[in-house]
Amino acid sequence: MHKYDVIIIGAGPAGLAAAIYTARAALSTLVIDESSAGGQVKTTHQVANYPGFVEPIAGHELAGNMRKQAEKYNTQFKLAADITALHLSEQEKWVELDDDDKYSMKFVILATGSSPRLLNIPGEQEYKGHGVSYCATCDAEFYKGRDIFVIGGGNSAMEESLLLLQFVNSITVIHQFDVLQAEKITADKVTTNPKVTMLWSHEPRAFYKKDNKMLVEAENLKTNERITLERDGIFIFVGLVPNSDFLKDTPIQTTEDGYIITDLQMETNIKGVYAAGDVRDKKHRQITTSVGEGTIAALEIIHKV
Amino acid sequence: MLQTNLEHIETEEQFKELIEKNEKVAICCGRMGPMCIPVYDIFEIFQEKYPDIQFRDMDFDIPVAVLIKGLPECRGFWGLPFTVYYRDGKFVKATSSIQSAKEVKSIVKAVFT
Repeated sequence: MHKYDVIIIGAGPAGLAAAIYTARAALSTLVIDESSAGGQVKTTHQVANYPGFVEPIAGHELAGNMRKQAEKYNTQFKLAADITALHLSEQEKWVELDDDDKYSMKFVILATGSSPRLLNIPGEQEYKGHGVSYCATCDAEFYKGRDIFVIGGGNSAMEESLLLLQFVNSITVIHQFDVLQAEKITADKVTTNPKVTMLWSHEPRAFYKKDNKMLVEAENLKTNERITLERDGIFIFVGLVPNSDFLKDTPIQTTEDGYIITDLQMETNIKGVYAAGDVRDKKHRQITTSVGEGTIAALEIIHKV
Repeated sequence: MLQTNLEHIETEEQFKELIEKNEKVAICCGRMGPMCIPVYDIFEIFQEKYPDIQFRDMDFDIPVAVLIKGLPECRGFWGLPFTVYYRDGKFVKATSSIQSAKEVKSIVKAVFT
C-alpha cells in the first residue's frame, strides 16, 4: 500500500491548482487521472479570460503550465490510470488502480470534471469519425459544400454552427425544444442564416449509414411520429455530464444529475473528502472558478494537517 | 508544426524507416485541435508505459501525411485525428476521431500482444 497525505482524483484546473497548494505545503500529493493532465482546458483552442495572460493562451499550453507547476513542487502523477476500487469513509480512504497497486490517503479531493454528453443511441459510437463528429474546429473542412445535421440548441451548438456555416452548404438543426437555449445574439445569427433549417421538438433516436450518407431517425416529441432524414454528416453538441460514475458505490452525496454536493469549504458529506471544479454542484463552471475551488479545498486540508 | 513531446514524422523517409525497422508502431496524424491533443497526450504517457512501442505524431497538413490519408482503411474517415498502428511493417489498425486512454490501451493490447 502506497501512502499519501492527499490524493487528487482528476488532473484538470481544479485538481492541479489543489496539487500546487498541497505539494507546496510539503504534503505528499498524488494526482490520478484516467486520461492525461489538463481536463477540458487542454482541448480549448484559446483561453482569453484567465487572469494574468494579456493575450489569449492556447488551452493545451495553459494546462501544460499548470501540470509543470504542480510537478515542480513534487506532485506525483498516475495518468491514463483506471480506478478499479475506491473506498471513502471518515476513518479510511484508499484507491486501487489498474496497475493493481493500492494507494491510501488522509484526504482526497474529487476533481474529475465533466465530459461532453453523448446521446447514447444506436449508431453514435459506431459512426464516430465516420459521419458523426463532436468538433467543428477539427472536422468542419471534411464537410465543405455538404449538408449536415447539428444536434443541440445550447451555446456550444450555436457557436459551433457559426463555424460550420463557413464550410457547409446547409445545416439542419435538430433540437428537442421549440426554442433555443443559446444566447439570443448567437442563436439569431444561426437561425437567420438562409443555409439553416430548424427541426424543432425532435430528438434523434438512431443514426444509420447508407452509402456515404448519414441517416437520422428522429422522433417528434409532441406527436411521437418518427421521420428519417438524410444528410452528409452529424455534429452533436448536447451539453456536459459530470464525471462521477466512479462514485456510485461510495457514500458520497450527489445531485440527481450526478454533481457532487459540498459545503462552502468544498467538503462533501464524508469528512476528509473534498470536491472541486466542474464535477461539483454549482452554478458557474469556468477555469477560474475551478481553480478557486481547488485552492479552497487544498487550504482546508493544509489547515487541518 | 505540432507542439507535442512526441517525435514527429516529417518526411517519407522517416515514415518508411520507422515502419520497416520497428516491430510495433503507432502514429497519430492530426492538428493541434481539441480532438487531437488528448490522443497525443495519451501517446506521451504510453510511450513510457510501453517502451517496446514506437509512438509518433504527424502533422495532418504536411505532404507525407498522404501516406496515412491515402490508406484504403482511412478513406472513409471524416474526423481528426487519424491514428494508425503497424506491426512488423504491416498496417494492422486505424481509428478516426478522438480516442480515450481506455480505447487506445485496448487497441494496443489487441494489436501488439
